[in-house]
Amino acid sequence: MSESSTRLNVFKTYKLYVGGKFPRSESGRVYEVTDPKGKWLANAPLSSRKDARDAVVAARKAFGGWSGATAYNRGQVLYRVAEMLEGRREQFVREVAEAEGLSKSKAGAVVDAAIDRWVWYAGWTDKIGQVVGGANPVAGPFFNLSTPEPTGVVAVVAPQESSFLGLVSVIAPVIATGNTAVVIASEKAPLPALSLGEVLATSDLPGGVVNILSGKASEMGPHLAAHMDVNAIDLAGADAALAQELEIAAADNLKRVLRPQPVDDWAADPGTRRMTAFLETKTVWHPTGSLGASGSSY
Amino acid sequence: MASLFEYAPAPESRSVVDIAPSYGLFIDGEFTDAADGKVFKTVSPSSEEVLAEVAQAGAADVDRAVKAARKAFEKWSALPGSERAKYLFRIARIIQERSRELAVLETLDNGKPIKETRDADLPLVAAHFFYYAGWADKLDHAGYGANPRPLGVAGQVIPWNFPLLMLAWKIAPALATGNTVVLKPAETTPLSALFFADICRQAGLPKGVVNIVPGYGDAGAELVAHPDVNKVAFTGSTAVGKAIARQVAGSGKKVTLELGGKGANIVFDDAPIDQAVEGIVGGIFFNQGQVCCAGSRLLVQESIHDELLDSLKRRLSTLRLGDPLDKNTDIGAINSAEQLARITALAETGEAEGAERWSPACELPSAGYWFAPTLFTNVTQAHTVARDEIFGPVLSVLTFRTPDEAVAKANNSQYGLSAGIWTEKGSRILAVANKLRAGVVWANTFNKFDPTSPFGGYKESGFGREGGRHGLEAYLDV
Repeated sequence: MSESSTRLNVFKTYKLYVGGKFPRSESGRVYEVTDPKGKWLANAPLSSRKDARDAVVAARKAFGGWSGATAYNRGQVLYRVAEMLEGRREQFVREVAEAEGLSKSKAGAVVDAAIDRWVWYAGWTDKIGQVVGGANPVAGPFFNLSTPEPTGVVAVVAPQESSFLGLVSVIAPVIATGNTAVVIASEKAPLPALSLGEVLATSDLPGGVVNILSGKASEMGPHLAAHMDVNAIDLAGADAALAQELEIAAADNLKRVLRPQPVDDWAADPGTRRMTAFLETKTVWHPTGSLGASGSSY
Repeated sequence: MASLFEYAPAPESRSVVDIAPSYGLFIDGEFTDAADGKVFKTVSPSSEEVLAEVAQAGAADVDRAVKAARKAFEKWSALPGSERAKYLFRIARIIQERSRELAVLETLDNGKPIKETRDADLPLVAAHFFYYAGWADKLDHAGYGANPRPLGVAGQVIPWNFPLLMLAWKIAPALATGNTVVLKPAETTPLSALFFADICRQAGLPKGVVNIVPGYGDAGAELVAHPDVNKVAFTGSTAVGKAIARQVAGSGKKVTLELGGKGANIVFDDAPIDQAVEGIVGGIFFNQGQVCCAGSRLLVQESIHDELLDSLKRRLSTLRLGDPLDKNTDIGAINSAEQLARITALAETGEAEGAERWSPACELPSAGYWFAPTLFTNVTQAHTVARDEIFGPVLSVLTFRTPDEAVAKANNSQYGLSAGIWTEKGSRILAVANKLRAGVVWANTFNKFDPTSPFGGYKESGFGREGGRHGLEAYLDV
């Protein structure tokens, strides 16, 4: 036991999570991440425009399989994320406590809420269609059904303050419905997000469904907002000026934009808005043939 | 022909399941004997081997179970939905983990082929719990207004044809919405429900939330009649369903009934014949035809009658009947001697009334309860085999000339549970589906089930829906 008191910790090299792999930034850049009191925690990758573009390619590649998976299957995968997180709860409590300057017990509550949030969205995958879709009684001999479908690749500027619960609260609703995501983690507290990548990688989530970048939203955001192969952007973690800039850039291919909303408490009931923001509605018509005794044509 | 299709035996191992010599009732989290000490034996229908001795619930036991459920209701219904959800997710996962064990158990106790319990029953059971787990904290979004409340204690009586699946259809939505339950499994298939009790224990489910009272019809009647039961859910015969409807009259109990059927499987002349034949076979011979939504009436357009019947007979000749634990078996055992006698009698009536009977050459095992796949042709709408639910591997073939005639014949039944439509023409599918008085209509497929999809009947096939968002209503005070 005397050895353990003098044993030196092994530090973790925090890496990005892109396409199911853990690369460093192609730029070779890192930046210093500290706790709120200024104590050094780690050097995080300072992702570049190229990293962001690589992440979009990975997200696009993953979209077909993920959006084509059954809702039941996606639900199971999201639930698996909750299972994996529960097993690594202590690690995340420590990381969240350090990142956000919280006590162990407060950080514990945050992590618990984040785990439960995965469970909440695991249950939504096969219900959202039943809640926001449905048959339309058109005035004619037609079957007419509206169904929600995922919009595609969603760029997510994660919340700056709530580095983990806020992060989970913006990622899970995007992928629950079958979108894939490129996420810019909280700039000053990216470590819980980078560790989440390690959980996602071991949760049966196909590579590329979630891609996590650390660095500056002000640097990567404009490229993602202007990227023609990104279908939507969540501006949760952008300040007012950046949000406006990104919304303007997003207009070039009419991305769906979820503007930043004031969130007092990320633990509150999230409702369905974060899912519906990234859903299309597809309506299918089909003739039913005419009915009746004379000259039946069906 | 037959020799070309000889297979080596490929039995699934029984060693995955450990059946105890005796089982108690599961009340308030404990296995207990019946108050009067009565027991009954459950046998394997394919061999008549006694599998276990099971405590037989009587009135006193049902009362004790209802009291336990009542006591548990206050805390269970007051839990946040997200916590109830997590219990149900745990149950779903444990069922997945133990699915092979439960599949073998179900095959032993019920007689159905392992390929069905393994590939249909068990995956659907787990999925059902997974689906309703997700609803537990989303009831505000289900379309029944804000904060819909549970009813209280649900008394649930289920049949023997899909023992664990029917349990899942009953218990999952009841618990998700905050009710507690007393469930009576069928007397010929009590074991999987008792194993489920053990799963509740593993999941840490609070005691009294789920109570299992194996027994006969008298125990079911006691449960339905119990004054402290708020909700009655029954799956079984139409005759018993009507008796329950009379019994609960004036009581304020909410009721859902999932009863018999005489499903019409309508094949038009443009249907892809091979695909239709597979659907017809699956529609009536899945689970030996012991399925309330079975496609037991084949309505075939006159112009393709001969061609279709030739294909169908050829296909039936390749079905493998025998050891349900064999992975190649298509047709297993009939669930009980009593059911076999009923099927036998109805088939004899069919012959006596003039319908033409046909079965493929098919050797039946010497022990157990068996009935060869059977077709009746030259059937009219007046024949008993076209009107009564046989609940066995017996298909009655009728013909039609026009779509209107097909619809009229399909709807000419006291029942209205299921129907099938086979045609390449989409507009015809939808027009015919619109006209059918049936709760589930399958087009170019048959016997498809999913937890997200509501299931239930029109007319004397019962009322209420199980599954999907609609299935929540049966367990909510709305």
